[in-house]
Amino acid sequence: MTATTTVRPAAGPTRSPRARLQDFAHLHRSTTILGSMVVVTIAMILLPQVPPLSLIQRSDAWFDTFANAGVFILLAMGLNVVVGLAGLLDLGYAAFFAIGSYTYAYSNSPFSHQNLPFLPMLAVGAAVAAVFGIALGAPTLRLRGDYLAIMTLGFGEIVPIVFLNLDKWTEGTNGIGGIYRPEPLPLIGEFTPLSPFAYYILAVGIVTVAMILLYRMQDSRIGRAWNAIREDELAAAANGINTVTTKLLAFAIGATTAGFAGVFNASKLTIVSPEQFLFAVSFIVLAMVILGGMGNIWGVAAGAFVVYLIQIVVLKQLNGIVEGLGIPFLTNINFLDYQYLLFGMALVLMMLFRPEGLFPSQRRRRELHVGDDLAGEVDEGEPDEPGLAGSMGDAPGGPSADDASESKP
Amino acid sequence: MTDAPEVLRAVKVTKRFGGLVAVNAIDFTIPVNSIVSLIGPNGAGKTTFFNIIAGIYDPTEGQIQFRGETVIAHARRAWLEPFLWLAIPAAIGVLTAIAGVAGAPGGLVILGIFIAVLALLASLVTGVARGPGYQRFLARFGTFRSARPNDMVVAGLGRTFQNIRLFQNMTALENVQVGMHARLHAGWYDALLSTPRNRREEVYSRARAEELLALVGLKGAGAGLAKNLPYGDQRRLEIARAIASNPVLLLLDEPTAGMNPNETAGLTALIGRLRRDLGLTILLIEHDMKVVMGISDRVTVLDHGEKIAEGTPEEIRRDPKVIEAYLGAPAE
Repeated sequence: MTATTTVRPAAGPTRSPRARLQDFAHLHRSTTILGSMVVVTIAMILLPQVPPLSLIQRSDAWFDTFANAGVFILLAMGLNVVVGLAGLLDLGYAAFFAIGSYTYAYSNSPFSHQNLPFLPMLAVGAAVAAVFGIALGAPTLRLRGDYLAIMTLGFGEIVPIVFLNLDKWTEGTNGIGGIYRPEPLPLIGEFTPLSPFAYYILAVGIVTVAMILLYRMQDSRIGRAWNAIREDELAAAANGINTVTTKLLAFAIGATTAGFAGVFNASKLTIVSPEQFLFAVSFIVLAMVILGGMGNIWGVAAGAFVVYLIQIVVLKQLNGIVEGLGIPFLTNINFLDYQYLLFGMALVLMMLFRPEGLFPSQRRRRELHVGDDLAGEVDEGEPDEPGLAGSMGDAPGGPSADDASESKP
Repeated sequence: MTDAPEVLRAVKVTKRFGGLVAVNAIDFTIPVNSIVSLIGPNGAGKTTFFNIIAGIYDPTEGQIQFRGETVIAHARRAWLEPFLWLAIPAAIGVLTAIAGVAGAPGGLVILGIFIAVLALLASLVTGVARGPGYQRFLARFGTFRSARPNDMVVAGLGRTFQNIRLFQNMTALENVQVGMHARLHAGWYDALLSTPRNRREEVYSRARAEELLALVGLKGAGAGLAKNLPYGDQRRLEIARAIASNPVLLLLDEPTAGMNPNETAGLTALIGRLRRDLGLTILLIEHDMKVVMGISDRVTVLDHGEKIAEGTPEEIRRDPKVIEAYLGAPAE
């Protein structure tokens, strides 16, 4: 009995190879993620060597871009837990990113006279961010929707301002500079300013681990509880879910992921300063989550990657392309200045035409496309007629009928 | 704990919303393995009373004893609670201050402050989370806080809602699995590390959820979204979700509302089966007199927040007060 129930959909000989692949992916999620990340990593090592990408920038520059994108992928995946899974709108997410970054800065800089090893600090930075995630979460638990958003917005504003104004401890606007790079790591190599490849591999490693762990959370009892809270908080409580601890856990996990991103980012940039963590970062990450497909972990990761590349590479190239066209009027426009305008337009169009994001979770897609929904169900679910028939025919049948007569006095 | 002859006893439960007395000094018991119905005209206070039992509202006066233990009452000595939260962090803080004045090294003082802040955070989180054991901790200091809805589920109460409140965009199976939440124990660390316990519970919960779906007559409907189920099946799914926590007492708020006679008969049979096969005790709010008179052991009638009658269906049918207040005209 136990063996058969692990396989979710009825595994019959009629299932298509694609469906069987999906079953495999569902049952062996960590393996699947690991496998796909290896493929993606190798592809991203090879692609920059060949024409379309190699024309844009040198492969080292590409690895640098990819490593930076990794930071945003982490942030987006972490925010996805809070916003996409638990349904708590967080507008101050950059605060946790800042806390992770400053934690690493304090542990590895001439300013603090410390030089602690990188990997333990990765954990410490994440833990410190998690503590702040809980500290922020605790007072906001009674709030919902708009009110929660405003409160998190406040927290997101407070943190950089505190770092800015406590200049005795944080060097204020200048920020903490000269942060030491990670010591050479086994399998990854040495971290030098000239070889971003090590950072790229490290970023891939952190993203992969985070993705595996987040998928595990999502598929667990806790993940279901987050979903239930997102759907109906009162009903969730009436089904035995401690909404307080469950929401705090969402904040903590989200903040932890941001802490990883912060430590990595600080070690790569070698400087942290308050203006790296302004509201724009929270907003961009939220946009990545929404554009990627809220609630779908790999979709959000892919969305973050795409959005980051558009911002950093495509918009930059846009200037070059327009110059190449030689239209005098357009050449005067610096498209980088308009990136938020273009970005905002993309958001508006996206919400109008594809509200579930680029790579939506199945749940979201069904939520937002009520009409097409049934067709999809029939396609996927396959032969379930006994179930439908059963639900109608079962009840008034045999044992139940005498039941009713029995209990009459 | 189950020695008590009744599953639930309400003692002089009163709930006032401002000037409105929604529930007025109601005494009420539910014997083990019985089906008790709560009836009354709209606005009689049935659902308010229900919500008090389920831990959603605190009563203004009176208390609810569940399985022999007082779980819900007006908060007592609540002012003490913040002081209890602050006691340990404050003690650490004071010790640190004394050490600082006495000339302890600076590092030690900073460590003390750090620990005090962490302790403050920890106790605040414990306070808002109110995990298991917290109630007993408070009781040691003579403080009482009512159980919350999720505490009541842990204690053994399951409920459905008057307007169906399923998790619409989750599958039927997931809905039932959420219902089992209080009976599963895999925490976040189990999930992260994919421990044997986590895997065992996932397999178990899925199998058990299938069983429960079959029990309420939804065999094979597990993969579909809850919102795509027909109305009657949604009611059934809500019952499956409610019994997934292995409750002792099941509260059903108008389970047959909006159903056709055929569906009503099926659901009535299901309720009888739940009592017989699972040994559940059931409290029912219902407007359909055929259902109430058919399956109830006892019927309690509320009107304007007061209990106006209580007895077997036969007695209630003949009670002149009930006829006047509720039925309006002599029955049959």
